[in-house]
Amino acid sequence: MSVHTDTPEDAYTAGPEGPRSARSQNTTEGRVFTVTGGDWDALMADENFNDEERLIVNMGPQHPSTHGVLRLVLEIEGETVTQARSVIGYLHTGIEKSCEFRTWTQGVTFVTRADYLSPAFNEAVYCMAIEKLLDIEVPRRAQVIRVLLMELTRITSHLVALATGAMELGALTGMTAGFREREEGLHLMEFLTGLRMNMAFIRPGGVAQDLPFGYEDKIAGFIEVMEKRLPEYDKLLTGQPIWKARLKDVGVLPLEGCMQLGITGPVLRSAGLAWDIRKTEPYCGYEEYEFDVPTSTDADCYSRYLLRLAEMWESLKIMKQALAKLAEPGPVMVADTKIAWPAQLSVGADGMGNSLEHVRKIMGQSMESLIHHFKLVTEGFSVPAGQSYVAIESPRGELGCHLVSAGGTRPWRVHLRDPGFVNLQAMPAMSEGGMIADIVAAVASLDPVMGGVDR
Amino acid sequence: MTDPIPPTANPAVPSAATEANAVDTTVPAPPGASTPRSAPATTTARSGMFAAHGSGDTSGFGGLITAPHIPQPSPRPYGGYFDEVADALAAAMADRGIPDSAIYQTTVAHQEITFYVGREHLVALLWALRDDASLRFELASSISGVDYGLGVPQRLHVVYHFTSMTYRRRIRLEVAVEVEDAHVPSAVEVYPTADWHEREIWDMFGVVFDGHPALTRILMPDDWEGFPQRKDYPLGGIPVEYKGAEIPPPDQRRSYT
Repeated sequence: MSVHTDTPEDAYTAGPEGPRSARSQNTTEGRVFTVTGGDWDALMADENFNDEERLIVNMGPQHPSTHGVLRLVLEIEGETVTQARSVIGYLHTGIEKSCEFRTWTQGVTFVTRADYLSPAFNEAVYCMAIEKLLDIEVPRRAQVIRVLLMELTRITSHLVALATGAMELGALTGMTAGFREREEGLHLMEFLTGLRMNMAFIRPGGVAQDLPFGYEDKIAGFIEVMEKRLPEYDKLLTGQPIWKARLKDVGVLPLEGCMQLGITGPVLRSAGLAWDIRKTEPYCGYEEYEFDVPTSTDADCYSRYLLRLAEMWESLKIMKQALAKLAEPGPVMVADTKIAWPAQLSVGADGMGNSLEHVRKIMGQSMESLIHHFKLVTEGFSVPAGQSYVAIESPRGELGCHLVSAGGTRPWRVHLRDPGFVNLQAMPAMSEGGMIADIVAAVASLDPVMGGVDR
Repeated sequence: MTDPIPPTANPAVPSAATEANAVDTTVPAPPGASTPRSAPATTTARSGMFAAHGSGDTSGFGGLITAPHIPQPSPRPYGGYFDEVADALAAAMADRGIPDSAIYQTTVAHQEITFYVGREHLVALLWALRDDASLRFELASSISGVDYGLGVPQRLHVVYHFTSMTYRRRIRLEVAVEVEDAHVPSAVEVYPTADWHEREIWDMFGVVFDGHPALTRILMPDDWEGFPQRKDYPLGGIPVEYKGAEIPPPDQRRSYT
């Protein structure tokens, strides 16, 4: 059976119960029945229908277990999936094209919304690609802040993977627990950057501003809470028989398959390859941090769950080290005033505003500063013509940014290599031949975020 | 009234009027357009600023001329691991009977190496990159399309980023084709991960990947017309409820470059 919506009404033979019951149509592939909602009884009563039919079921894009607006088209035999295809594009927002009509700095606001569960990574990879074209070095303190934000984001992203994955499998307490902890992370993110998600805090040349007063205690407090709460997942899920039965030996993708399909991130590491760009090609000073890359050789959904849990512990370790490094003060933006945003933001009566000192200077003392401020904010800075590709390790794998500059104040082309997009190609390999219920587990273990998949 | 802003006021997409007074420094397309001898220009020459033309501009900005950017071949040594990769690639090509001319330019810029490749030998080169013991580029990290805009020779580019997990190296391959002949052989048989990347480039740029198992639209609806990320794809303006005014589409607004 398949879905036909555009065929003229008279091409169908009306079912026995009138136009609202199952309809059939003769095609080159034989008779095709289109079944919706509650007309199965009518279909089963149809003597032309027999049990040998190919059954194609449409799952999503509004299905609660497809991890966002992902549509799965499944050919099933009983409960077994014989073929599976994913249909994407339901969240395509043209982020890459929109960036071409904004300045380089404004582009941060767009890319941060691509993979909306890992905004700090999108911002960082985009800014690093710009910095590569500009050939500038970001100050050390800005690098440390970036690492801190990225690892915090990794924790909050893995918590969603865990929480929604648990919810899709029916473990609702896993969902409430995951979102409870994520809320802690988002509160910290709001305190540090001003926004919970889509912060646009990482900017070309550094970060928007230094961390607010009292950040040490807040970060330390978060780490303390997480260290207390993370073991709860072991109690709640790790040893739980139903959880293990749903995940063990499900969605298996061995290393050969991962390599062929270009899979990166926890899925690749669950197949046994310790490939983590933070270790293999360190960026943002990751070579100075001590942390492990957890791997497994089971290549199933359960090992991916354990890896994500272990990676959160590693991220906490990195956050602690970053916090220690932040004790050393320093600039958080490059010194080049042709790139650095001129206004130093400060906290005013309205919560946040421009520095009064800066406004006094540009309005009252220096015409040149005013012109400079105006030009940089409206026109932006130029980036030499050329192209660059930067890859970083996002919670889902290799997040790449391919930038092309034509030498102007706007990007000529922005392309995000989203790991969710690439990894989702493994869905058929993981789930064909298995049960329908296992597709849900397999997709959840890939953890695609449709904002990033469709961009 | 002076001339209105020309319909294609994006300076990167010059109208006939701006092309006439721009200096023609574009590289002429070589006779066999699919096997150029040097990397094609990536921009056209531009003149003026703010996308304003024929408005009697007395600021002096109208006289500005920006030369087109053409990636230049780099001399040896390239530095870092790039020389090793280039040597290994040359050896692998000799082994497999791929002519030297398959790579017609090598450019090192921004700490990255780019091989400009003719499409005839692309698939043979990919097999060499993936399977040769001294190359081992196992991962096709990213494949993306770029449209360098109207007036540029061979304006559609397909850019491949490869990663060698064994040697921890990254390289870039670039194939340039004309819009009228936008055909590139598919990489899917070598790198199955190229499947969705190529479908996205077909969807957004209209490059046909010959040999792709199912080249269909992936992000846009199946019956969509046009290729949205091409630079000449029409963008919508915003009507304003004031005397029929309209905010022009983003590519026709005045801009700095």
